[in-house]
Amino acid sequence: MNRYSTEDIQAAADGDNQQFLVFSLGEEEYAIDILKVQEILGYENVTRIANAPDFIKGVTNLRGIIVPIVDLRIKFNLDKVEYDGQTVVIVVNVSDRIVGIVVDGVSDVMTLTPDQIKPAPELGVTMSSDFLSGLGSLENRMLVLVDIDKLLTSKEMALVEQVGE
Amino acid sequence: MDITDFYDTFFEEAQELLADMERHLLELDVEEPDSEQLNAIFRTVHSIKGGAGTFGFEVLQNTAHLFENLLDHARHGELTLRQDIVDVFLETKDMLNDQLNAYRNGEEPDQEAFERICKTLQQLALEEIAGSAPENGAPAAATPKEVAPAEEPKPEQDSTPVQTAESGDEQAGQRLIIAFSGVNEENRKLLVEELEQFGTIQAQSGDDARYEVELETTTSADDIESVMCFIIEPEQVETRAATPSRTETPTKEPEPAAATDQQQPGKAAEQPAPSVQDEKPKPPTAKKPAAKPANKSKAGESSSIRVSVEKVDQIINLVGELIITQSMLDQTVSTLEGITNTSLINGMSLLQRNARDLQEAVMSIRMIPMDFVFSRFPRVVRETSSKLGKQIELATEGESTELDKSLTERIIDPLTHLVRNSLDHGIESPDEREAAGKPRAGKLTLSARHQGGNIIIEVSDDGAGLSRERILAKARESGLNVSDTMSDDEVWQLIFAAGFSTAKEVTDVSGRGVGMDVVKRNIQGMGGHVQIMSTPGQGTTIRIVLPLTLAILDGMSIKVGDEVFILPLSTVLQSMQPSKDDLYQMAGSDEVLRVRDEYLPVVAVHQALDVAGAETDPTRSIAVIVQGEGRRYALLVDELIGQQQVVVKNLETNYRKVPGVSAATILGDGSVALILDIPGLHQLSRSKKDAHQLGSPASDKTMLSSSGG
Repeated sequence: MNRYSTEDIQAAADGDNQQFLVFSLGEEEYAIDILKVQEILGYENVTRIANAPDFIKGVTNLRGIIVPIVDLRIKFNLDKVEYDGQTVVIVVNVSDRIVGIVVDGVSDVMTLTPDQIKPAPELGVTMSSDFLSGLGSLENRMLVLVDIDKLLTSKEMALVEQVGE
Repeated sequence: MDITDFYDTFFEEAQELLADMERHLLELDVEEPDSEQLNAIFRTVHSIKGGAGTFGFEVLQNTAHLFENLLDHARHGELTLRQDIVDVFLETKDMLNDQLNAYRNGEEPDQEAFERICKTLQQLALEEIAGSAPENGAPAAATPKEVAPAEEPKPEQDSTPVQTAESGDEQAGQRLIIAFSGVNEENRKLLVEELEQFGTIQAQSGDDARYEVELETTTSADDIESVMCFIIEPEQVETRAATPSRTETPTKEPEPAAATDQQQPGKAAEQPAPSVQDEKPKPPTAKKPAAKPANKSKAGESSSIRVSVEKVDQIINLVGELIITQSMLDQTVSTLEGITNTSLINGMSLLQRNARDLQEAVMSIRMIPMDFVFSRFPRVVRETSSKLGKQIELATEGESTELDKSLTERIIDPLTHLVRNSLDHGIESPDEREAAGKPRAGKLTLSARHQGGNIIIEVSDDGAGLSRERILAKARESGLNVSDTMSDDEVWQLIFAAGFSTAKEVTDVSGRGVGMDVVKRNIQGMGGHVQIMSTPGQGTTIRIVLPLTLAILDGMSIKVGDEVFILPLSTVLQSMQPSKDDLYQMAGSDEVLRVRDEYLPVVAVHQALDVAGAETDPTRSIAVIVQGEGRRYALLVDELIGQQQVVVKNLETNYRKVPGVSAATILGDGSVALILDIPGLHQLSRSKKDAHQLGSPASDKTMLSSSGG
């Protein structure tokens, strides 16, 4: 499937369009700003951190850098959480921190025009609407746009030391 | 390019010059001052003045100028040095430093302080300069008037007295021949442009090898030379007066130059005219930058380069990675059959050796000698002892011992505190010392040496020693829990308690009781500890034991369940198999282990860190006796794997602080292992036990929720 037609590239070059990395959590499709993504890894060699919330799987070695790994599937109470050769970690760079997030799978990169992005709904998705930046509608698909910065630095993620803690 | 790009270079240089100046001032023997040393001090001040003038730092320039005048008198024997005069000089040096820092931070220096130091220097000039001529009083008195304009915002004005005071004997039209050797055309053009700012160029000729410029100027040859030195090396410039009668006068023979100098302030006051000429030295500053880089890089190549610590750390990180990859390969190769793979195996062992050498070499970049720290103590000792009226001899040993740069910077404050304490409380007054049959002058020794993976820094004095009775009495008074049966060591440790001071009276220097606890905390923060040894009547030695570097740690790897953790080797005292008879259940769920008649709290690592599948029977696990923050604990682990050096990685860079864990590291197989923090681990296991007893209060829920895997 050739998604990167010249039109797409042309569109991406236009200032208003945004590119997103699309990943799946259970049945839903989510997307994050591609500029936040550093790389995509397989899930392996994660060292557990004691006394951390269960969705923090631990830390791993990314070429000498110690990176925490968060399983969003556990965080959002998905039923099926398995680790196998297909499990994918998206390494994102937010607020000067590098964090790996575990998702069910990464499907593709998409370009959305401003009119394809709708305001986030109050209810209806697994993720709290505080961390959503909108909904992307694309033909027959719906993408939940996640504000990954806000999500990973939020207090409930317990990834960042909060002031006064 | 902007002149401000070169500010930093000037600041760095000036800082070095000031450090030199201080060293010379401290080494100076007031009875018989070494003329070489006086000249050296004079030169440093002169260079700072020159630079300050170039960059338009007027306050700095003026202060340096007054200072320079005094030094000039001193080096010609017209000012008899005394201890208090040297103190004033040191104070002036500090002032220059403050001003420099102010300019560095883009601020104007403190005017009040500037006026004060000017007054002090002028006063000194007025009173002290030997009456070789009656008019000496006059110039000194005239100077204040001259300096006054400096406070006014008009920059052209205040540079005037300085420039004129420096200038040659005839204000209008002294002719100088300035010769450059080995200067290419590009630089030459710049130099000539520079010179035009000082006066009128009468003639110029020559080639690359030697180029002569005849200049009519009011600026002294010295000044011109120092400006030229920003562009080319000092050896490349030569100045002489154009008229034969005055050949070489300004540069080669300081005597006549000084004589003229004395008359300067008076002259300057009479002749404000030269200010017209001198307004010009401002513009050249804008042109200087273009020529400077060549000069700078040349100087850099010859000795050292400045590199940001970040870059060095990056290299250290990369080398750490290389070592890990190498040991991974090594493991793979060791499984291969030896005979058919000889060359591969040989290559691997060579790679291993090279990688280790590389690591050592890289780590040594961060290391700087302790001299960097010790060199500031002569000053501290001198000031403190004169304040206290004590005579102190300072000795330093092991200045070449090397320590990680980040640690050297952090050790200065605690060490200063310890030195002041020793001077104030340790060493007795000269009379007391005499009565005790000791030499009147007390001796303070600073020493540094390596021992194993540690550096040991000691501050020892030959004073009265610590008084056990007084410390105990004071401790009772402050409500600390003490008994007469405490060992000396325990008693000495009491002085580190917050708010503890046995000084009979609070002095200017120390005795407020704040400090020793801070010292201890700082040193513990660096991963080290403090020991005290004291003999009544003979003195006290305070020993600081620090790891050589924070980047690498000697670790003991242990296994609990399937997980590997690292214990800092410095905390491990011994390991043993605990027997049932030595384990005691205390009230609640606390357990203690008896080791050589000492009862140590037991910390089960699997419990504190929720490790699944670990050995839960204490008698079947291994007890590692560790020490943390002065206390000992018995850690229960499943297995000891071995010792290894690990590269310390911060967990907080991308994550957060984890209770019971101080940092992380990467093992030979590329996986991450956590480095345990002993006191934190103990706290964690305590709070867990409490939580169990209270039936898991909600507040602990996050902390306790196990990841289950």
